[in-house]
Amino acid sequence: MFSPRTYWRLVELANRQAWPLQLLVGAIGAVLAWGLWHDRRWAPRALLLLLALAWAAVAWGWHLQRYAAINWAATWFAAAFALQAVLWLVAAALPQSPPPPLRARRTALVLWLAALLVYPLIGLGLSRPLVQAESLALSPDPTLLAGLGALLLARRAWLWPLPLLGCAISGLSLWTMAEPLQALLLPAAALIALALTRR
Amino acid sequence: MQPDREFLIRRRAALAGGLALLAGAAGAQLAGKVESRPVPSSGEQLPLVGLGSWITFNVGDDAVARRACGDVIAAFAQSGGRLIDSSPMYGSSQGVIGEGLARWPGPARAFAADKVWISQGSRGPEQIETSRRLWRVPRFDLLQVHNLLAWQDHLPQLLAMKAAGQLRYVGITTSEGRRHREFENIMRSQPLDFVQLSYNILDREAEQRLLPLAQERGIAVIANRPFREGALLRSLQRHALPPWAAAEVGCDGWAQFVLKFIVSHPAVTCAIPATSSVAHVRQNMGAARGPLPDAALRRRMAALVEAL
Repeated sequence: MFSPRTYWRLVELANRQAWPLQLLVGAIGAVLAWGLWHDRRWAPRALLLLLALAWAAVAWGWHLQRYAAINWAATWFAAAFALQAVLWLVAAALPQSPPPPLRARRTALVLWLAALLVYPLIGLGLSRPLVQAESLALSPDPTLLAGLGALLLARRAWLWPLPLLGCAISGLSLWTMAEPLQALLLPAAALIALALTRR
Repeated sequence: MQPDREFLIRRRAALAGGLALLAGAAGAQLAGKVESRPVPSSGEQLPLVGLGSWITFNVGDDAVARRACGDVIAAFAQSGGRLIDSSPMYGSSQGVIGEGLARWPGPARAFAADKVWISQGSRGPEQIETSRRLWRVPRFDLLQVHNLLAWQDHLPQLLAMKAAGQLRYVGITTSEGRRHREFENIMRSQPLDFVQLSYNILDREAEQRLLPLAQERGIAVIANRPFREGALLRSLQRHALPPWAAAEVGCDGWAQFVLKFIVSHPAVTCAIPATSSVAHVRQNMGAARGPLPDAALRRRMAALVEAL
């Protein structure tokens, strides 16, 4: 185990090393959000491809390069993220499913925007500095959140298990780090996404 | 927790002169020698307070944090500490300790206590060698089977290492009151030098069987989780330390109060609080100075804490 201070320092060091990559991710993310909002045909496939990149980046850049130094389980997390990256790629290569209902499409957009813009700022509300903001494609949690939106669009059952497991592990980890409010976010988002598949 | 302990330390410095006049015990600990206890199997003296590394030294590759941990180790040594405890389970702690030991200022020699923690017995020697390189020591003083994981395989290997001069002491560990029955059986049947278990002013199950058994068998005892990973101190620091604690126990805060309780048990050789603060490690080492509470005072101390 590790202290919360150590974990957030890892996030900070990752952010400092990656800067200004966060701006590029934000710009690409904004273009994709526009495409999702206007129901462009390329948007769902682009989302899957971007997620494949993001999940692979987190597997290598976060879990293996940083998190493994303080958590022996991180190599397993890296393997899971890498596998999911492959699954996103496979889903992107397959013929697209019929578009989901409007509610699911809009929820996917909301989750994408939340991962891109809102989740990184949660730390500010919890008295953490901006340099410790968790960013999409750099940190696992916003990357998981973005994945939930893609699950609603892709509508393929075999894509679900690893992201759901990841949301549960994230919640447990944050709970043990004495971040109860943040610990609820991903599990709650996962439950909402699951509920929407049944409508 | 830290701001409260920091305040107490500053207040202690300011009141040191007055306390020294009012309470001889409190005054003595400011500059007294570090008390020690012998390891029963050898007679080697170990200071009553050591240094744990669970969580606190697991800081990854953060150079700033690693340097700060090295400062803690240096302060520990300067305060008279010797025994440092770690494990492969503790992430980057072992490497951090190795860097800290490279700056070890003395005066006494460090006592390197580590663990083997792997389910396959055949991979124990490899893990031990990896740990030794991370610690940057020629050999460990003490190796312990961590939480009894695969102890049937590891313990004979450790005993063989000791016989070959590659190791000085052999032990086993458990924590949070787990597997005490099995622990007791191993203590009765194996030639152990050390056991490590959880013991503090609230978690006192070990007093029933394990601590008396350790005394009977001549096994040294290392007490882990002295502060319940900080939770015990956080709850105690909501209350003022009673005046009789400084006067009779000879402590300047709850940390020393709790540590003195632990190390005053005659079976305990050493307690291993973990910290990432230089001020706190010095304060913890203060518990190894001055008189220790007797049985009556221990009962009073336990009753106080249980009532809070």
